[in-house]
Amino acid sequence: MKRLRALLIKEFIQMRRDKLTLAMMLVFPMVQLLLFGYAINTDVKHLPTIVFDQSLQQDSRDLLNSLTSSEYFDIKYVANSFQEINDAVDSGKTKVGIIIPPDFSENLKHGRTATVQVIVDATDSLSASSAISAAQLIGQLKSQKILLQKMQGYTGHATQNPYEIRIRPWYNSDFVSAFYMVPGIMGVILTMTMVMITSMAIVRERERGTLEQLIVTPMKNWELMMGKIIPYSIVGYVQVTVSILVGILVFDLPIRGSLGLLYGLTSFFIIASLAQGILISTVAKTQMQAMQMSFFVFLPSILLSGFMFPREAMPLFFNLLGNILPLTFYLQIMRSIILKGVGFSIVWPQVLSLIIYIMIALVISIKKFQKKVA
Amino acid sequence: MYAVELTNLTRRFGDFTAVNNLSLQIKQGSIYGFLGPNGSGKSTTIRMLCGLMTPTSGSGKILGLDIAHDSEDIKHKIGYMSQKFSLYDDLTVKQNLEFYAGMYSLSEDVGERRIKEMLSLADLEDRQNELVVNLSGGWKQRLALGCAIIHTPQILFLDEPTGGVDPKSRRMFWEIIYKLASQGTTIMVTTHFMDEAEHCDEIGFIFEGNLIANGTPSQLIKMVPGVLVRIATHEPMELLETMIASSFPYLDIYPFGASLHILLEEDQLAQIAAFPYKQITPGLEDVFVYLVKSKRKEMKI
Repeated sequence: MKRLRALLIKEFIQMRRDKLTLAMMLVFPMVQLLLFGYAINTDVKHLPTIVFDQSLQQDSRDLLNSLTSSEYFDIKYVANSFQEINDAVDSGKTKVGIIIPPDFSENLKHGRTATVQVIVDATDSLSASSAISAAQLIGQLKSQKILLQKMQGYTGHATQNPYEIRIRPWYNSDFVSAFYMVPGIMGVILTMTMVMITSMAIVRERERGTLEQLIVTPMKNWELMMGKIIPYSIVGYVQVTVSILVGILVFDLPIRGSLGLLYGLTSFFIIASLAQGILISTVAKTQMQAMQMSFFVFLPSILLSGFMFPREAMPLFFNLLGNILPLTFYLQIMRSIILKGVGFSIVWPQVLSLIIYIMIALVISIKKFQKKVA
Repeated sequence: MYAVELTNLTRRFGDFTAVNNLSLQIKQGSIYGFLGPNGSGKSTTIRMLCGLMTPTSGSGKILGLDIAHDSEDIKHKIGYMSQKFSLYDDLTVKQNLEFYAGMYSLSEDVGERRIKEMLSLADLEDRQNELVVNLSGGWKQRLALGCAIIHTPQILFLDEPTGGVDPKSRRMFWEIIYKLASQGTTIMVTTHFMDEAEHCDEIGFIFEGNLIANGTPSQLIKMVPGVLVRIATHEPMELLETMIASSFPYLDIYPFGASLHILLEEDQLAQIAAFPYKQITPGLEDVFVYLVKSKRKEMKI
């Protein structure tokens, strides 16, 4: 116990003296949250649009009105030729070009299909798919309305839609991206700090030779690891607290579940990430290598954990690959507790996965961390 | 029981043999100087003794404990100071000592007493609250020594302790080492300063991983055959060339500072009567030159 105490005191003194890292640890979550929370919006609206309306009738104006009122399309320019549409989309001035043919009204009146061409700049697939689905939906709604009006004209009484599908988005009914992002960013920040800072902290001792001096003392492996895990867990908790506060105060993040449960279960993720960091430190020879290896964990964590891209859409292999990253489970836990408000009875499988992960990583680390320099 | 007893200790790194069949004994309470050029295997040997490296083959005993199996028990009894400064720069002098007192699980009052003793031994009392990063070489080295012996080890391993330190600090450092030895601590110290080696009770010469000689300084000096003469000159290299060109018989000839050292058989002395030579007793450096050259068969014997 004396040794562990000495290690902890040392670590805290060093941490307190390293003001830059300390500030990084605290400022980093805030900056990341603000950046991701504000900048990332997966629901792309207000796409700049150019319109070439050759019909210039009541019907075409009506359609254009529906398009703009959907908020997906902002009509910025009016074209007088196909060439202008081409130029506008090519140059990137607009993302969408809408062409209404001269016979648009004519066709509608005679019950023929009236074609509208929507050109979409699909270099950015996310905004393209937003535009496409919005345009299609508006087209369908419009034609439905016209059909119903016609039916009414024939039969003389109002007709009902045969189907009506009512969609109710639960947990995040307004599709606020920030609600989805904030718990994710908390996980990403923890991964980054815990994995990178821990692995670098241990490798730094190796590089500076202080590890060699530690190895000749009667210190046990587990004491060295606990000496790093405990102080950095505290750092992790400070980051979580900062993130939750920013989430609540800036983004009105609803915490629907138990905050106590959230804090409790966070410990498993923090320890899992620290274990990852320690594992890296047993392999890396220099701080540079440790940093590179941290990125090796870090990037898949962002891409495969479901932080940015839905895991359901991934090919089986990558989906399974995501299952070996602690962040995957932590994100599920966080989103479940924060947004759905569920309890431990729902998230225990994820917690179990984290525990298994921790045990494997720590056992390998303690085995691999030879108390030798070569 | 010897403090250190090595039998055919060997360490290979791939094809390279860093330490080759090393056998030696160190008596308790003595200062053992481990001499050799850089890369000769001194540090590797010390690291194996401290449990930092595992030997490829052979065995070693420290105070009767096996270095391969009892390395954890050994750690309580030994102190180690590496050639590279390895304390925490961002801790103060006192915090470093407190840290190592904790790492060796010293009780509160013993720890406090030892920290005081170490501060006075290393002459660091006035600077105990300074950050280590602000100390210069000699101070750091004495602090490192203090941390290495805070738990009163029976054996102290010093790996090039005085590298990069000014002469005054070196002298101070050696005074501490004598003091420790007089209190019964066994000390094994590696160095390439021959003048430091003369302070040791026993010396081992290691060259390319092999222990080429082992004994007290006077025993080692007796190993050099013939007589050694010194010719003072301002241009030893020029004189060396002339001497070699004149093809008179000698065992060895080499420049030594502002002079030329010539090793020759006693009956060859007459050959250099023309030069203002002076007969001298070999120093450890001469011993080392002789040993290395005879090992390499460069000697005209």
